[in-house]
Amino acid sequence: MSLLEVNHIELSYPSTKLFKGRKDVKVLKDISFSIEEGTCLGLIGTSGAGKSTLGKAILGIQRPQQGQILFQGNDLYRSDKHTRQKMRRELQVVFQDSYSAVNPRMTAEAIISEPLENYEKLSVSEKRNTVIELLERVGLSEQDLKKYPYQFSGGQLQRINIARAIAVKPKLIVLDESVSSLDMVTQSLILQLLNQLKRDFSLSYLFITHDIKSAFSISDSIGVLEKGELIEQYESKDEFFSSKHPAVQRLRESILAEHPRFRTIRRNDG
Amino acid sequence: MIKALQKKLNNRKVIILCSLLLAAICIVTILAPWLAPNDPIMVNLAQKLQPPSAAYPFGTDHLGRCILSRLLYGARISLGYAALICMAALGIGLVVGVLAGYLGGWVDYVLMRIGDGLIAIPSLLFVIGFVGIWGAGLKQVVLGLILVQWVFYARVIRGMVISLKEEQYITAARISGSSSWKVIKKHVAPNVISSLAVMGTLEMGWAIMNLSSMSFLGLGVQPPTPEWGAMILEGKSYIRTNPALMLYPGICIMVVVIVFNLLGESLSERFGIKRR
Repeated sequence: MSLLEVNHIELSYPSTKLFKGRKDVKVLKDISFSIEEGTCLGLIGTSGAGKSTLGKAILGIQRPQQGQILFQGNDLYRSDKHTRQKMRRELQVVFQDSYSAVNPRMTAEAIISEPLENYEKLSVSEKRNTVIELLERVGLSEQDLKKYPYQFSGGQLQRINIARAIAVKPKLIVLDESVSSLDMVTQSLILQLLNQLKRDFSLSYLFITHDIKSAFSISDSIGVLEKGELIEQYESKDEFFSSKHPAVQRLRESILAEHPRFRTIRRNDG
Repeated sequence: MIKALQKKLNNRKVIILCSLLLAAICIVTILAPWLAPNDPIMVNLAQKLQPPSAAYPFGTDHLGRCILSRLLYGARISLGYAALICMAALGIGLVVGVLAGYLGGWVDYVLMRIGDGLIAIPSLLFVIGFVGIWGAGLKQVVLGLILVQWVFYARVIRGMVISLKEEQYITAARISGSSSWKVIKKHVAPNVISSLAVMGTLEMGWAIMNLSSMSFLGLGVQPPTPEWGAMILEGKSYIRTNPALMLYPGICIMVVVIVFNLLGESLSERFGIKRR
């Protein structure tokens, strides 16, 4: 049994236009895939492809109209309340913009404590120790406990978001463009951290990105999403690079060469 | 003139100055029974319309009552009930606005349509109608003013909550397992309440004005209870011979309302909606 199984989900957002009546915008069309325990599925797509919506559907906050999402064999949207609550705990998220993902009025300690307070009954000192442990786990220290979000850099704050996500020991973390807004050096450091955590806690990731390079550095398999459809799925880098699908080719061409000398500049002026 | 004054005094100074003035006004209001030289409702026709003297520092009115004492006691009613209106309107507005904005759907629809119904009628007209049904009196006026005023706050707060709801940290909190109530308590309310303090200051000025207007129309406070608006009404007949009867309460209303409004404006400039 896979950890997460997505079966033929369809999702559309309602949009009502004056005189034209109701016309729904289909964001996800017949998507199926699965994630095994301890693996990472990379999901690549251009903006507007429905990547984030898919992430939300898997997190249990955006119900798809059709199809089902099975997490550890239980339907995410049709189980009883108790099971759903338990599933919620196993599914966590790290967003793209680390600043807007935290309440600016809360300290690092309060931010990381939030899931702990909701899911575990810890005493004040136990909670604090857990938070310190988590901070150290993600490469920060006890001194950062009382700092506010504006006192952190983007990379540090993303580490706090990661600490919050792993606080209740989830099974699957949705990384929604989690490294995309960071600079290259920080990106690779965060990716290293994520790889480390994945190994230590046997975590699974759904890594949503538009950046092929970072996707390959962490994912075990790659799916390409275009206009709400999951067009192809690849188990290895070679498979991806030998694909003939036009959408994949477009994505491939968007990768910059290591050195400017090797870059082919495509002109559109004919 | 106010613009030029504001340029000279910077924002911080205005806030400090207004706060000090307000503190003074509050102290005087609270200590009225000890500060007032005479009984505010004791009629003494032998002493009517007296000019200022040692016994009556501001003189007496047409029934020989001490104007200063009446002003001091009047402040308790004007300010006290204005504060009550203010808090009640903001309180209801906060609860309704947060519920409507956060829950959305039919809750939002029902609450906002009730609000629309209430503000469809101009607020003073609504209160006059209210008084028309249940008779003149302070209770009815206060209730009527609360009823029309909460709607504005509910609308503003609803808008703020709706935009807050889209913030990613609210989504993150939900994923962290926080219930709706906890999200409202920890993430939504603290962000709304700071703006609420600013709105409250502006609301005070408005409430004082309206309460006094209603009393001036004879619908609110009934004689012989001293209240600024009612005092202006009583002094109205003597405007030619003894303008002081109207002037003193008028000045009181003006000063207090200006102080509240200036403070509110400066506060909103300083602590208003600002992001990061």
